[in-house]
Amino acid sequence: MTNAENIVKTENLVFEYIRRDEEGNPIGVKAAVDDVDLNVEQGQFIAILGHNGSGKSTLAKHLNAILLPTEGSVWIDGMDTTKGDHLWDIRQKIGMVFQNPDNQIIGQVVEEDVGFGPENMGVPTEEIWARVEESLKAVGMYEYRKHSPNKLSGGQKQRVSIAGVIAMHPKCIVLDEPTAMLDPNGRWEVVRAARALNDVEGVTVILITHYMEEIVHADHVIVMDQGKIAMQGTPREIFSRVEELKELRLDVPKVTELAYELQKRGIPMPDGILTKEEFVTEFLKLKH
Amino acid sequence: MSLILDHVTYEYGSDTELAVKALDNIELVIDDNEFLGLIGHTGSGKSTLVQHLNGLLKPTSGHIYFNGRDIHENDFDRRALRGEVGLVFQYPEHQLFELTVFKDVCFGPKNMGMKPEQCEVAAYEALEAVGLDEELYDQSPLDLSGGQKRRVAIAGVLAMHPKVLVLDEPTAGLDPKGRDEILDLVKELKKNLGMTIVLVSHSMDDVAEYADKIVVMDRGKIIYHDTPKNVFAHAKELEAMGLGVPQVTSVMKSLADAGIDVPQDITTVDEAADVLAALCK
Repeated sequence: MTNAENIVKTENLVFEYIRRDEEGNPIGVKAAVDDVDLNVEQGQFIAILGHNGSGKSTLAKHLNAILLPTEGSVWIDGMDTTKGDHLWDIRQKIGMVFQNPDNQIIGQVVEEDVGFGPENMGVPTEEIWARVEESLKAVGMYEYRKHSPNKLSGGQKQRVSIAGVIAMHPKCIVLDEPTAMLDPNGRWEVVRAARALNDVEGVTVILITHYMEEIVHADHVIVMDQGKIAMQGTPREIFSRVEELKELRLDVPKVTELAYELQKRGIPMPDGILTKEEFVTEFLKLKH
Repeated sequence: MSLILDHVTYEYGSDTELAVKALDNIELVIDDNEFLGLIGHTGSGKSTLVQHLNGLLKPTSGHIYFNGRDIHENDFDRRALRGEVGLVFQYPEHQLFELTVFKDVCFGPKNMGMKPEQCEVAAYEALEAVGLDEELYDQSPLDLSGGQKRRVAIAGVLAMHPKVLVLDEPTAGLDPKGRDEILDLVKELKKNLGMTIVLVSHSMDDVAEYADKIVVMDRGKIIYHDTPKNVFAHAKELEAMGLGVPQVTSVMKSLADAGIDVPQDITTVDEAADVLAALCK
């Protein structure tokens, strides 16, 4: 059973872990991911939201076989992750970027760090350099190629991490809270780089985040709670459900909240306003 | 008047050609029971400033006064100062290490030389103040959720009974609800225990909502020190420093540009909603 059009597909995915007491005796089983069906088409920009502990990172770790399902299955570009023989192909198809940039950078020089992945895959030297150049250009870090990574800002380091992943030419890149440790400028740099990869290179992007303003451009948003998919839809559909999001310990962008507060005060603003520009346009319509 | 920074300059690598002024002639008075927001982009000197407040760093030149005394005088008790000006670092949960939550919170007061029974009372009070469930007191701090760990780390500082609580990005990495809970807690501490709060933040929305006054830093200097309304009226200058304004402030500006007469000093959603609703009536 293969799904050629789906880069990522999960079916009834369950991941359980055993909870233990202080002595290490098992005291119960908890499902961190509970019956999740996920379909991601090549070229989509997917955002996964959820509070701390909702299971979103556990789900992400299934996408390149760092974790294997307790029940159900995960297919990456048609390959079943539980069949060990595709492991390297899967990891080449799905690149991961994690929260803390300092844990992901190993090279002494930016270009060496980015070249590490393709070198490890056995790519010929000349092509490695071509890939390093193209990847660093894609994230806007080419001018820093001779710099030492530890002198870069957090946002720059994350962009180097992303370049290191795309140098392996993945079809899909999974970013697990890549901006959680960054300041607003760094966050914007990283999100812009991810969007450019998606728009220009057609790489599938799965972005896991807490920050609502980072997901307004996603094609599809998935909200996780207690290991399950609690809501899904376009950003506009999701952000129309302000109260439900708050119950899930999440938030909406301030403009969305402002439009919602106006509705509560009897002003007929439309649902699910996502950006400042939209808010201003809609408000001006009301005034005229 | 509790904390005064008088012409404070701090230079890295003073004796080399690469000397950098991380703080450049800072003048700042932090009043008792004030809630001060400290903003600035990465590298603007915020964290360096904060580390001067309890004597972790010593100014290259200038003086810091706590309750009228220079904290770098020889006979000043800097160990006591570290109890009175409590510092909660970024990702404070990385510093939890004891076997149980309760022991971890006791560590600070014990280190300050309090008697064991006093330490336990202080730890109970502190854990109660941060609203941690009593069932968790004997758990390993490492088994708690991110938000709970952060509460324990804050309790560890509170148990030393500080007069001033300095928090360096206390909400980084927390989900939106966890963020609100921590900031509401800090607000309660100011109200109920009369503490002075210094909050370092990257979120303009958070400082706009919680702080009485805001200090904006850029390249080691204080650029603005004023109420949130007055500070965020400088949208253009803040953007030039790599900072922003709260999203609603920016909405108000766009509406004004489109010819709608709305006040330009609005920083919170509720205020904005009231003003805009009134316009439509």
